[in-house]
Amino acid sequence: MSLSSNHLLGLRGVPRSDIELILETAATFKQVLDRPIKKVPTLQGKTVVNLFYEPSTRTRISFELAEKRLSADAVNFSVSGSSVGKGETFRDTVRNIEAMKVDMIVVRHASAGVPLYLTRVAKSRVINAGDGTHEHPTQALLDIFSIKEKLGRVEGLNVCIVGDIAHSRVAFSNVYGLQAMGANVSVCGPSTMIPRGIERTGVKVYHDIDRAIAENDVLNVLRIQLERHARGYFPNVREYHRYFGLTEERIEKNNPNVLILHPGPINRGVEMTSGVADGDYQIILQQVANGVAVRMAILYLLGTRKENEQ
Amino acid sequence: MKVIFKNARFIDPERKLDETGDLLVEEGVIRRIGGTTTEEDANGADVIDREGLIVAPGFFDMHVHLREPGREDAETVQSGLAAAANGGFTGVAYMPNTEPAIDSAEAIALVKEKARGSLTEAFPIAAVSVGRKGEALSPMAELVEAGAVAFSDDGAAVASSALLRRALEYSNMFGVPIVEHCEDPDLAGGAMNEGYFSTIYGLPGVPTVAEDVIVARGVLLAEFTGGAFHVAHVSSKRSIELVRDAKARGIRVTAEITPHHFTLVDEDVKTYDTNYKMNPPLRSREDLEAALEGLKDATIDAIASDHAPHAPEDKEREFIYAPNGVLGLETAVPLALSELVGKKVLSIETTIEKFALGPRRILNLPIPKIAEGEPANLTVIDPAEVWTYDAAKSKSKSRNTPFDKRLFTGKPVAAMNQGKLWRDGEMKTL
Ligand SMILES: [Zn+2]
Repeated sequence: MSLSSNHLLGLRGVPRSDIELILETAATFKQVLDRPIKKVPTLQGKTVVNLFYEPSTRTRISFELAEKRLSADAVNFSVSGSSVGKGETFRDTVRNIEAMKVDMIVVRHASAGVPLYLTRVAKSRVINAGDGTHEHPTQALLDIFSIKEKLGRVEGLNVCIVGDIAHSRVAFSNVYGLQAMGANVSVCGPSTMIPRGIERTGVKVYHDIDRAIAENDVLNVLRIQLERHARGYFPNVREYHRYFGLTEERIEKNNPNVLILHPGPINRGVEMTSGVADGDYQIILQQVANGVAVRMAILYLLGTRKENEQ
Repeated sequence: MKVIFKNARFIDPERKLDETGDLLVEEGVIRRIGGTTTEEDANGADVIDREGLIVAPGFFDMHVHLREPGREDAETVQSGLAAAANGGFTGVAYMPNTEPAIDSAEAIALVKEKARGSLTEAFPIAAVSVGRKGEALSPMAELVEAGAVAFSDDGAAVASSALLRRALEYSNMFGVPIVEHCEDPDLAGGAMNEGYFSTIYGLPGVPTVAEDVIVARGVLLAEFTGGAFHVAHVSSKRSIELVRDAKARGIRVTAEITPHHFTLVDEDVKTYDTNYKMNPPLRSREDLEAALEGLKDATIDAIASDHAPHAPEDKEREFIYAPNGVLGLETAVPLALSELVGKKVLSIETTIEKFALGPRRILNLPIPKIAEGEPANLTVIDPAEVWTYDAAKSKSKSRNTPFDKRLFTGKPVAAMNQGKLWRDGEMKTL
């Protein structure tokens, strides 16, 4: 069994069989991570560049750990957003990295489309670690893995993504991945944070958090960027929390069995209270642990995939 | 020197001329239309004998960026005008957003000097405000005297409603229009059209309403002041409706559209190729359909390319950081012939009107006549030629086009003006 593509750019259009293969492989690697020696020689001799044009300590560390546990040589290349536009162009940076003959590139960039561009100019396998507000497929895959691990299935579940959908790269990767796995996906947030045309992706839209809690098995709660209120997306943090934040009372009243995910880092008292963030409903730290196993699976499946393999 | 077009069809919509025969040009002047060429005529003449050629009044592109002064690496006046002639245009109006901006008689004189010797004539559209800063009105009377045919702060809308009001009032003394780049900067600020495709491509969106509110503002101020308001590169359905309604009310409003806006749509951004990034952005299929309607019912008066050359190191970069704009001079006529005439949206006569008559009427320029004794200001097209555009061979200094390697039906094959003939990528003096 192998994946249908040489790269992981997003989950839109990715077949269910690919997602299942990644989830199964991740389950095997999760067992490795529970052993005293958490390392396998699978990617020995392979070089992976973590090309981060945006600071994202969590995602980068998760990838780096996954690469090291697979015995790959990991190199970090970080460019702060502020130096973009000065000095070396992006095109030249990519050419330089390519000249170093790397096997895989893990890329995070503020502009959508950069991972696709890399597949055109570089010979390496490309993994999208987040591009603009486009996709963040490894985050969605670890979310789906965590849901399946906790609830035993994904098919037929009602899953709601809560928060700033319009500025999220995680939301749409979740939508596509969950839909491919047979879940019913919805979103919930202020109308200013629901992007236009979303209904064409087949998701239901809520503006009432109580109904979203009551009608869903899983809530995947996104981080709110607090500076968005300055641009008029919501009036203030207090109002956001009051109308869209998760509290224990709300969950107890509407659906005590609901499962809560959050990709982190949490704004406690905004997206959810500390009681929810640390309570029994959530699996936030399991998500972090699963992230390494899922990224190991993706690195392994792409890194060992033969050219022209179908 | 003599040039003869044999068995050509002459179409001059203004004079309701549509005849087939031979056309003889001597020393840059039309000597004879119709009939057949005698051996004496043909003696020593450059004879162009191709079936189905159409000879029209010279085409005019009222929206080009020549980049000189300031970005001569991307385009110069000479290279831009060569691309214009190669694309079948005998006249262009160039935008003032150069570095420095075209806001003085001296700046116009500089470009005029650089344009000397070209087949294609270059008319300045001068800045509305000094330095395009949106503060003080540019010296409009002086600029008109120096040759300005319109005013625009293109690249951005006129910065305030008050400044636009004064610009419309003042420029109206000379009968010169204000050409507005309709974009509300607070509502815009994205990288592609806002809608389903910006949502799934994960790019920040520019809503159509960012264009519409500025069109509406211009229409109202044109009505209030009596000035002439021209909508540059109209792209949204609602804006087209606003122009249509304004015209019906007798307000002095006109509009142009670019070939990329009647050919491509937002969905085409899917490869993240920055040659699909322009301002206004490629819109939805619904907006494109409305544009075709607007062309048909004459809501849209002119086709203009918004030729916007960019150096490769500027254009080939991350989508959100890449500058807006694409080349247009060499592909405008082929796109109109393929997408409008070929798909039966417009007749060939109406297409000629959008290129030769519409822009000149807006800018109050004389329309070239196909008549004996008139200077030969002509565009010759072969509406049936099937050919592939090769951007590498462009006369422009830049290569930023989404139409490289595109197959076209219809081609501008020659242009004549200023006593010169452009043919097969070369200029000859007659
Ligand atoms: Zn413009």
